Amino acid sequence: MLFTTYEFMGFFLILLIIYYSIPSGCQWLLLLIGSYWFYYKADPRYILYLAVITSLTYLGARIIERNQMLQKKYLEKLGAELGNEEKKKYRKKQEQIRRFWFVSFLAATLGILAIAKYTNFLIQNINHVLDFLGRTEQISLIDLLLPLGISFYTFQAVGYLIDVYWENISAEHNFLRYALFVSFFPQLIQGPISRFGDLSQTLGKKHRLHWENIRDGMGRMLWGYFKKMVVADRIAPAVHLMTGNPDLYQGGYILVLMVLYTVELYADFTGGIDITIGIAQTFGIEIKENFRCPYFSTSLREYWRRWHISMCTWFKDYVFYPISASSIMQKLYKKAKKRVGAKAGKRLPIHLSSFVVWLATGIWHGASWNFVVWGLLNWIVLTVSEELEPMYRRFHLCVKFTDKWGYKLFQIVRTFLLICVLNLFDCYEAVATTLRMLGSVIIGGNWNIWNNGGLMELGLGMSDFCVLLIGVLLMIGVSFVQQKGSVREKLAGRSYPVQVAVWFGLFLTVILWGKYGIGYDASQFIYNRF
Amino acid sequence: MDRLLKILRELHPEVDFETEEHLIDGMILDSYDIVALITEIQDEFDVTIDARKILPQNFNSAKALYALIQEMEGI
Repeated sequence: MLFTTYEFMGFFLILLIIYYSIPSGCQWLLLLIGSYWFYYKADPRYILYLAVITSLTYLGARIIERNQMLQKKYLEKLGAELGNEEKKKYRKKQEQIRRFWFVSFLAATLGILAIAKYTNFLIQNINHVLDFLGRTEQISLIDLLLPLGISFYTFQAVGYLIDVYWENISAEHNFLRYALFVSFFPQLIQGPISRFGDLSQTLGKKHRLHWENIRDGMGRMLWGYFKKMVVADRIAPAVHLMTGNPDLYQGGYILVLMVLYTVELYADFTGGIDITIGIAQTFGIEIKENFRCPYFSTSLREYWRRWHISMCTWFKDYVFYPISASSIMQKLYKKAKKRVGAKAGKRLPIHLSSFVVWLATGIWHGASWNFVVWGLLNWIVLTVSEELEPMYRRFHLCVKFTDKWGYKLFQIVRTFLLICVLNLFDCYEAVATTLRMLGSVIIGGNWNIWNNGGLMELGLGMSDFCVLLIGVLLMIGVSFVQQKGSVREKLAGRSYPVQVAVWFGLFLTVILWGKYGIGYDASQFIYNRF
Repeated sequence: MDRLLKILRELHPEVDFETEEHLIDGMILDSYDIVALITEIQDEFDVTIDARKILPQNFNSAKALYALIQEMEGI
């Protein structure tokens, strides 16, 4: 029972009706029951992972907070009698206790994710090493369950634990309310990765039925379904065909694949998030945006500020800053400053911290080398462009056309093509295959697929290409309008017949052009596998 | 405060740190500067500024940064 099934629609509508029929004080409890039911229906065994991760982070946060409170009380009571040195010593000791608990609970929580997601990856690599050393014995892979969306809700729970440890927020005392924060069903399997400070407030509130929330929420869902079912799912079979037969589809086909996959990824992931935010809105719950027209970016750096924002800020706040502010990086800065001067020396710790972040981002996306390479390639491009920044600035000062729209368009297209190339590492599990396919773009032929009917052999007919073209143009158009404000608000300002015509038109489009068929469920959302 | 201003001026001599209040929001200080700043402050004032304190409001002006140093000195 996941987003694109009739079963899910039935579940959602029944839950929505009950939600606004019961006393508003019980609404959050209904959402918790609904969320666990939703996950249970995906696979009953998943519940165990969710419950353990919830319990661990809840308990860890409570223990850490209790120590913070004890310290505060102790210093309030005896602070006047203690000297500064004694106070410092006491605080240091308490800090050590808290760090012990924090590291223990963090390791346990991330350990579950690591075991579920990376055990077989580790075994495969050990086997490669054994093979390389000429040993015949191999370790058997373990049949482990990988729950849907585990990376998303684990990171959300870990973010909460860190925030309590850093004293940015107070720990939630009500276990069930905290369980809802971790399990809230619209975002459970593909994010966004919300912060406790943002989501818990809106989840815990009493929500009255507002027609605007239902209208806007369902409108947003409909737009998400359009992207997912009309665009992404139309492209998916062609992408699968090409990536499944790398010896057959090379050269010109790879260019088609890169562009099609990049469009599919956008439509699939942003569509899924549109559905998530829309569902939450119908319940009166606000979830932060996860995208800001990413394909309008003029550089890769800008793209990563606009794409999957919740994941990027998570890594920035919880990985990048702690590493770059660590004592190791400070020592490194001092050494580098002595050798190459302050200006160049301060760049080294940042580039190294950034390296760790991109390595982690790659591994977070999947347990295989192609994701590691994908992450590191992003790091290389970002670091090189950062180092070349002074040169770009000089170039922009010298030439007159860089503020013209034509140049901006060139930058957008260049960034899009770069993303297309990087995304190809997502398509094939073997890095060697990806490199071979990239090489085939130059030497692989198939240049006349545009006029010899080759494009029509991808499982897409002329009508499909026409629908895709309309879908892409519509997504670009909506993104343009979005840059100047909410499309739904703009539409709400129009006359009633216009609103009805637009929403009904979109609904009909999803019904008539949407891809239905065997086993369409949310497991086929690309980002669910992360 | 003078010691802090000296550190800041070494990083960006062109900025008037006594009046500037948008060091982060105005993108005058970037992540490279933050690491350098944290290290220099630690050496000069013997305080540790960890990741939890890396917030725009703490780095937007010399005044805010000095308040942070004083807060850390008190701990």
